[in-house]
Amino acid sequence: MADIRFSKDHEWVRRDGDLAVIGITDYAQSQLGDVVYVELPEIGRKVEQGGDAAVVESVKAASEVYAPVSGEVVAVNELLSGEPGRVNADAMGEGWFFKLKLSDPNQLAALMDEAAYKKFIEGLS
Amino acid sequence: MVDPSAESLQRTPLYALHRDLGAKLVPFAGYEMPVQYPAGILAEHLHTRSKAGLFDVSHMGQLRLRGAGAAAALETLCPGDIQALGRLRQRYTLFTNERGGILDDLMVTNAGDHLFVVVNAGCKANDIAHLRRHLEPGVTVEMLAEHALLALQGPQAVSVIARLAPALTTMKFMSAAAVMLDGAPCFVTRSGYTGEDGFEISVPAERAERLAKRLLAEPEVAPIGLGARDSLRLEAGLCLYGHDIDETTTVIEADLAWAYHKRRRVEGGFPGAAILQRQLAAGAPRKRVGILPDGRAPAREHTPIIAGGRQIGEITSGGFGPTIGGPVAMGYVAVKSAAPGNAVSLVVRGTERPACIVKLPFHTPRYYRGT
Repeated sequence: MADIRFSKDHEWVRRDGDLAVIGITDYAQSQLGDVVYVELPEIGRKVEQGGDAAVVESVKAASEVYAPVSGEVVAVNELLSGEPGRVNADAMGEGWFFKLKLSDPNQLAALMDEAAYKKFIEGLS
Repeated sequence: MVDPSAESLQRTPLYALHRDLGAKLVPFAGYEMPVQYPAGILAEHLHTRSKAGLFDVSHMGQLRLRGAGAAAALETLCPGDIQALGRLRQRYTLFTNERGGILDDLMVTNAGDHLFVVVNAGCKANDIAHLRRHLEPGVTVEMLAEHALLALQGPQAVSVIARLAPALTTMKFMSAAAVMLDGAPCFVTRSGYTGEDGFEISVPAERAERLAKRLLAEPEVAPIGLGARDSLRLEAGLCLYGHDIDETTTVIEADLAWAYHKRRRVEGGFPGAAILQRQLAAGAPRKRVGILPDGRAPAREHTPIIAGGRQIGEITSGGFGPTIGGPVAMGYVAVKSAAPGNAVSLVVRGTERPACIVKLPFHTPRYYRGT
């Protein structure tokens, strides 16, 4: 869990070599409530840091998921199309959204580490 | 995330209880209301469909209209046959404008010496002004500010209420009774906004928390927030004012002609009667329908509806239906495209997605109409 980084938009990124696994944080899922639909990017799509990458819908509303880092989508979590509730059950694990081939690994360093993110969300409530 | 208007929000008599129950409170129609409890909207929705849910709807306006001829007077503002309403019987009706549009939808009960009226929270100030302007001095309009309104809804609501007032088990859908519940004088109607059997309970504010706790202590009952109230009413095909109906949608377009009663169709005598009579005879240009999106992506309010390459309307309520297990919606379409089974497209995030016009409701109501 050491190499997980967090964005201010409540996405997490776990680096895995030149790939990055991305999802929404446990805080984000708790704020959204029951997730009923996840729209994932197409494989091969290039996403820019801060740009739209996916959509997560709760019973009440749809929310954009932004790419916390730039890269090319190389995998998506197909499990979520049939069982979107996995995002609530295990946001930081089985509820991952997509994997990127990083175009600029240095972007990771500028994101928050776990302690900084924890402080960030404490400041929100 | 700080709401600058939060300080001016009103609270219902159950505010402290909502806090104790761990509710997530949000601003709604000027009130700080529970959108959900820790169980979450999905679980709360399904609980109401299978057991019994308790809703705080004290933000709604509760009014009493008094005076000889109050029913006839109220008819000058709505298309319903209020004079035919028997004692302790209830009806759904609408305040109309000169264009046949809808100013609010409401429930009216003949309470014997007065009419008991429940209106939407967001409309209540306007409704009261409207009633006073048109009905006074012959009819007095009294707002029951010191009363809470609780809704107990679901297939097991009746067995719960039976433990407090056995007499209520035999009352029929859309009827009313004045009873003591847990020592509090209450006015109860067998009605609701979920598509389930259930009761709405008007209770003096100072007794509301005690009664709510008494009901929540029953094993079948869980507290339910406004989030599930919305998904429940959507599955039941019931309109939400300001979304599915408003001043620009006529009673006929909204497919609410069943609330435009026979005598009133002949006699008229309310705002917009001529337009509604014409639309009844010749048809309205558009109609409110159910829409079932293919796949799992919800289509939200204002989603454009496309047929034959042209926009034919838009979604007015849409989301996920927990009982259906997928997305459900309603909206208005051009009347020639309104037949159930018609294929349409919905533009969600720039992409056209297939959907089908369907008959409402999505969930067949289970009201108690007697044995």
